[in-house]
Amino acid sequence: MKLRTGLLAATMAAAIAVAAPAQAKTFKYAFQGDLSSLDPHSLNESFLLATLGNVYEGLVLYGPNLEIMPGLAEEWKLLTPTTWEFKLRKGVKFHGGQDFTADDVIFSWQRTLSEGSDQKVRGGQIKNITKVDDHTIVVETPAPNPILVQDLPYLLIMDKEWSEENGATNATSAAGDNTGNYANLNANGTGPFMVESHKADVKTVFKKNEDYWKDIDGNVTEVEFTPIKEAPTRVAALISGELHMVYPVPVQDWERLDKAEGVKALTGPEARTIFIGFDQGRDELLYSNIKGKNPFKDQRVRAAFVHAVDLEAIKEKIMRGAATPTGLLAAPQINGFVESLNTPYAYDPEKSKALLAEAGYPDGFEVTLDCPNNRYVNDEKICQAVTSMLAKVGVKVDLLAQPKSKYFGKVLSTSGYDTSFYLLGWTPGSMDVENVLSSLIVCQDPENKKGMFNLGNYCNAKVDELTAAIGSETDQEKRNAMIAEAFKIVKDEVGYMPIHQQPLSWGVSDGAEVNQRADNGLDYRYVTVK
Amino acid sequence: MFSFIFKRLLQSVVVMLTVALIAFAMFRFVGDPINNMVGQDTSQADREALAEALGLNDPFIVQFGRFALNAAEGDFGFSYKYRQPVSKLILERLAATLELSFVAAVLTLAIGIPAGVYTALKSKGLLSKGIMTLSLVGVSLPTFLIGILLILLFGVILRWLPTFGRGEVVALGWWTTGFLTASGLKSLILPSITLALFQMTLIMRLVRAEMLEVMRTDFIKFARARGLPDRAVHFRHALKNTLVPVITITGLQLGSLIAFAIITESVFQWPGMGLLFIQAVADVDIPIMAAYLVLIAFFFVVINMIVDILYYAVDPRLRVDNA
Repeated sequence: MKLRTGLLAATMAAAIAVAAPAQAKTFKYAFQGDLSSLDPHSLNESFLLATLGNVYEGLVLYGPNLEIMPGLAEEWKLLTPTTWEFKLRKGVKFHGGQDFTADDVIFSWQRTLSEGSDQKVRGGQIKNITKVDDHTIVVETPAPNPILVQDLPYLLIMDKEWSEENGATNATSAAGDNTGNYANLNANGTGPFMVESHKADVKTVFKKNEDYWKDIDGNVTEVEFTPIKEAPTRVAALISGELHMVYPVPVQDWERLDKAEGVKALTGPEARTIFIGFDQGRDELLYSNIKGKNPFKDQRVRAAFVHAVDLEAIKEKIMRGAATPTGLLAAPQINGFVESLNTPYAYDPEKSKALLAEAGYPDGFEVTLDCPNNRYVNDEKICQAVTSMLAKVGVKVDLLAQPKSKYFGKVLSTSGYDTSFYLLGWTPGSMDVENVLSSLIVCQDPENKKGMFNLGNYCNAKVDELTAAIGSETDQEKRNAMIAEAFKIVKDEVGYMPIHQQPLSWGVSDGAEVNQRADNGLDYRYVTVK
Repeated sequence: MFSFIFKRLLQSVVVMLTVALIAFAMFRFVGDPINNMVGQDTSQADREALAEALGLNDPFIVQFGRFALNAAEGDFGFSYKYRQPVSKLILERLAATLELSFVAAVLTLAIGIPAGVYTALKSKGLLSKGIMTLSLVGVSLPTFLIGILLILLFGVILRWLPTFGRGEVVALGWWTTGFLTASGLKSLILPSITLALFQMTLIMRLVRAEMLEVMRTDFIKFARARGLPDRAVHFRHALKNTLVPVITITGLQLGSLIAFAIITESVFQWPGMGLLFIQAVADVDIPIMAAYLVLIAFFFVVINMIVDILYYAVDPRLRVDNA
């Protein structure tokens, strides 16, 4: 009897062992924030778009290193400076079984322009789309646009039929009548993963789409995503072996991960640049003891500030050696990056003091630094370091560090740029320098939607002219020359104080391999579970 | 009795309105909701249109009035972030919070009362002293620290229990329960202990103090003189007389368990209302914040009412006085 039970157990164990390879490979991970909606046009936010990029696809896709790869379009070419022809992929089906055709592309583009959409900026890059046949379209842009495809990975394509059937032809609005849109809680894309279940802020489960049009590198069949807000809980969940991956991991926890068994910190430079800006627009600073004039209008004062800040010390002491000090507002991963201008301003407090004296402020002055305390990696600590470094050259900085909702509520255009001196971070949505120039560097021009994040209104007519030309120049070499020229002017005039590219900080267990994309996006296509 | 309950319910409406009014007066200081609702490239015109559509530019008294009128019809609006009805979101989370609070309350009473009685009766014993010292730890350590310590010990080092979440849940209609699965029950252990620890020590110390007081009274001496066995003296006579203040405090603490589950929920990523609320504060999701605060005010009023009714049941003198 005993022998038989033993035999039975052995046979069963063998059966399980044989069955194991065919079993589901589940990858579990956590992020600090939540997937607030499944509607790809509801919110233009990098986490939401990168995650939904596993379910929905654009005409082009991001590769593992943010390079542009063919997606739902197999190939494309420029017909005239303002028209492009896209050949769409044949035989692609949506998760619900519908065929992917030119109509879906046109529908999705129109949906990005619908009431409630937060993708109007992307949709606005296109003036018109005409259908040549079911798998050929001609896209017209309002002006020559050499980087149109750079903006297409996150213009995600939905099925026209499905959206119409479910009354989801408009994007899920944050206000108004169509909140509670079907597409907010349901998804039907062409991507390698399907949404199995979604409970906002609790858990979202993705399942592999076995009919995906291409083989993928990874081996996972199921992905479980849980938001975990508190960093210590996130890290504990990784070390305890409950999750394969968590991010972001606080920089100060890297050592702990290295010491713990079976997990490691995966780090690399993010495409996000952290920098400090000066109010150079007003005639008198809002928050300073200097009245009647604006010291930041004087290039020598700005230069004194940048030479007073020791970026290496910030890197070593605050970022545990993991940041990349920079001299430019665009990171190396960004299309159009200018290597030669990326050397940071030299740390030279003596020069800084001399410059301040020369500008008429031998004893420095007082100014308030606006800083978020929960938006970027160690944002408040960076501001504290800058404050103490500036104190050494006589500038008394009053630090106002606030949670991001308070901070952005104060400094952005909606509050009339209520700041004199601020810390901000930027990743261009299009991964191209043109976005950096037109958002951060050209003069404020609300009517033409330019310079909206140029909070201090740095303004140079030549740079504006170059930016406009860069936006429509199709010759790569000429374009690069103009980019370099524009950035050189900004650098020479000390328009900004670039700090560093902040580190990506993921915690990954030894049981999984992932590809860390520089926009902090996780692509399930490249996830392998052992 | 009927008119008493009716009066209390009327009062609850006033309490809820007051809470909502104060809440709306404060929301303007929480930050700008719009920036969390749009991407960085969204134009200023679109941002302004959104603020206008949401009525954020209206004076707070108008916003409050609109909220109160809609809430009276049971409509708490749509979450800014999730773009779903707030009532649906809160209802989904209610089960998680109530189950956690229920288990914590049971733990509090099941451990707190016996421990209080024991330490009162054997106040010089070694075990009593040990319990009293431990209870000091419970009273003085902040909840999040206890939570993190428990996670570290039982989740990370020993790996006996899950460190976050609710585990597998079973849906019973709109209610989801973790009581029916092994992982659900395991997930309950650490958060409920964390949440209960402070209350447990509080109840224990209260019962102990009351018990010591009662043991000195004449009727206990008389009971002893009658030759009643210790058990009857302690439990039938002494304990029963300590219960009135214990019920008051337990009732009030039950409200706090639900309301202050916020910290425990965020340490353990427990998907309850508290976590929803704390997330809403970070995102300036005003409809969720408003509905949550009003709901908590309602809970407090109802619990207080139940406590008052229980008085009548436990203490005959109150019944005579009001007859």
